[in-house]
Amino acid sequence: MNDMTLLERGVQTDDIKISARNVEVFYGDTHAIKNVNVEIQDKTVTAFIGPSGCGKSTFLRCINRMNDTIDICRVKGDILLDGEDIYDPKVDPVQLRAKVGMVFQKPNPFPKSIYDNVAYGPKIHGLARNKAELDEIVERALRRGAIWDEVKDRLHSPGTGLSGGQQQRLCIARAVATEPEVLLMDEPCSALDPIATAQVEELIDELRQDYSVVIVTHSMQQAARVSQKTAFFHLGTLVEYGATDRIFTSPEDPRTESYITGRIG
Amino acid sequence: MPVSWIMIILFALAVLGYVLGRRRALASAGGDMRNLHSLPSYYGSHVALFAVAPAVALLAIWLVVQPMVISSSVARSFPDGAISEGSSLSLVMSDVKRVADGLNVAVERGALSAEEAGSVSAGATNIRERLGSVGVALGSDVDSSVLDAAQKYRAYASTGHLIMTLAVLGLALTGFIYGMAQMRAEFRARNIVEHAVKALLVFAASIAVLTTVGIIFSLIFNTIEFFKLYPARDFFFGLTWAPSFGGGSELGMLPLLWGTLYISLIALAVAVPIGLFAAIYLSEYASPKMRAIAKPLLEVLAGIPTIVYGLFALLTVGPLLVSIFGREGLNWMQAGTAVMTAGLVMGVMLIPFVSSLSDDIINAVPQTMRDGSLGLGATHSETVRQVVLPAALPGIVGAILLAASRAIGETMIVVLGAGAAARLSLNPFDAMTTVTAKIVSQLTGDADFASPEALVAFALGMTLFVITLGLNIIALFIVRKYREQYE
Ligand SMILES: Nc1ncnc2c1ncn2[C@@H]1O[C@H](COP(=O)(O)OP(=O)(O)OP(=O)(O)O)[C@@H](O)[C@H]1O
Ligand SMILES: [Mg+2]
Repeated sequence: MNDMTLLERGVQTDDIKISARNVEVFYGDTHAIKNVNVEIQDKTVTAFIGPSGCGKSTFLRCINRMNDTIDICRVKGDILLDGEDIYDPKVDPVQLRAKVGMVFQKPNPFPKSIYDNVAYGPKIHGLARNKAELDEIVERALRRGAIWDEVKDRLHSPGTGLSGGQQQRLCIARAVATEPEVLLMDEPCSALDPIATAQVEELIDELRQDYSVVIVTHSMQQAARVSQKTAFFHLGTLVEYGATDRIFTSPEDPRTESYITGRIG
Repeated sequence: MPVSWIMIILFALAVLGYVLGRRRALASAGGDMRNLHSLPSYYGSHVALFAVAPAVALLAIWLVVQPMVISSSVARSFPDGAISEGSSLSLVMSDVKRVADGLNVAVERGALSAEEAGSVSAGATNIRERLGSVGVALGSDVDSSVLDAAQKYRAYASTGHLIMTLAVLGLALTGFIYGMAQMRAEFRARNIVEHAVKALLVFAASIAVLTTVGIIFSLIFNTIEFFKLYPARDFFFGLTWAPSFGGGSELGMLPLLWGTLYISLIALAVAVPIGLFAAIYLSEYASPKMRAIAKPLLEVLAGIPTIVYGLFALLTVGPLLVSIFGREGLNWMQAGTAVMTAGLVMGVMLIPFVSSLSDDIINAVPQTMRDGSLGLGATHSETVRQVVLPAALPGIVGAILLAASRAIGETMIVVLGAGAAARLSLNPFDAMTTVTAKIVSQLTGDADFASPEALVAFALGMTLFVITLGLNIIALFIVRKYREQYE
């Protein structure tokens, strides 16, 4: 496996967006992530797959330092974004999170109107010079979140009044509105119907033009459909990482094979 | 037989009933518990219940009703002419009762023999002196019609008491026998005991509710009484508060209401920002260790009796303010007691109310909400301001209104800190007084309870009650409105 990563690195040095080296994560005494090395490319969709509790969300949260908000969580090793260590004391996590956006496993709209939910990030980062520009940003984000048609007539009703799937798409729109460079998505489609799922997958594909997207998913089909790279996690370790086609057609590790054929997990 | 003896007998009967009922039920099942419908203790409880509950109920009702019946029958037999000018039947009846009680005490102490007490006449003995010698003080000489009535009262009371004792004990015994008669194995004792438990709980709940209703009614009746003696318009819109116990007082409520609102406003202006910021610090920024120390410390403030705050206002804050704003300094303040003094100290008292409730509410905002905001690159304080606080707002408003009701109802701090002058003024360094403080002073004076000067206390109390009720309703309304919007 290490050989393979080295090989990949050699080929694609130029457009590595995120590179993680010897990352270890502890929740108190629980060792949740064990020595993970991975290089995530720019303008690519990378899928994290693996059985429940294997640490996918934990690793994802390391990439934008959301683990800082958990008191008992400790992160070791280096994670580089564009060659800069994001755990360097000089780095401002607030700025980092503006660059590395996140969509959470559970939809978490703010207790504000739909409009204000989406406008929240742009307002904080001063992305719009006036109201008209803000309106434009909000509309574009909602369209990209595949929810514009459903909410365009009630932009000023509360975001918490939407259905679970609509809330999740609102959260995607909210994350997209701040124009991050990397978008981390933790099971973004787990509450969505097939139509909305297809729309979100389309969005992910579109985002790939400009951003690097990391998506956690429990659906093999989804991973196969949207991603170019796939990483398989098992019990806190990164078992196998490579081109999606190859992982799904000729996995090298027996654990990967049994997982994607449905024997563990 | 005194009531306490009756109670002891009833208690003994209950214990006996429990033991015997249990034994009898077991015996009827051939000594095997499994053949009983319910557990043996239920059978025991059933007998105890039937022996005691009806008897106690009868006793309670009797004790309430008997004095009423007796007074009305004594009053009816009272000669019309015996009521002197300027007096009333109810006043005379309270004299009668006082004399009757006096005679009872005298008999107890041995100053009068039982027959003597029943037969003395006003002309033969000086009742007032003889009662005075055993420590029963009467206001004026006892006239013969009152003494007669008092003797009649005593006679009725002792007969009534005898009948009551017999009736209660008889009922207890009947219940006991009835309960025992039912002790068969197939009897469903558990169901009956369950009903009794439920009845007890309903009884407790209704006492709480009835007491509230009773308090409101007593307020309403006395308030109506007051408005018969004093025009409502002058009360609600009068600008002067000048009670004089000789009559001819001006009882305008506005200066008091103004004092109450002014002091509460200052108190809230102190308590709301400090309490809220403290709550935000504790719930959002403080480390768990810091929180574990600071929160209980803050809550100690809530445990300090308000009279201690009052002393603090009088002895520390007042003089301190005078030294800054008094004649030596800016010359705005005449004396230590002022709206500002009471308001500041009351504000300190309210801090833990606001902070403790707000802290709980802020903590209840789900972490995912904060994560969402932080994940978009918002800073900690932006997250608190724009996401956490709006989510917690309904609860915080509720906490603030609760603090406002406390402020409006607060008395001790005002009495000691704000002075006693009822005044309509904008200067926060003037002495003023509040509705609550004046309720105390109107009722603790020598005033006759039927005079407007005393009855005004009830009208003031009613006003306060309506205001706090209004605040609570608004709080409920706000909370409900926001809940609809955010959940
Ligand atoms: N806040 C936390 N405190 C303590 N332990 C945690 C915490 N979050 C996660 N863990 C532990 O870390 C391990 C990895 O959890 P993680 O949430 O990353 O799993 P996951 O792969 O995302 O699972 P799922 O697919 O079910 O979302 C689990 O054993 C979990 O119990
Ligand atoms: Mg997860």
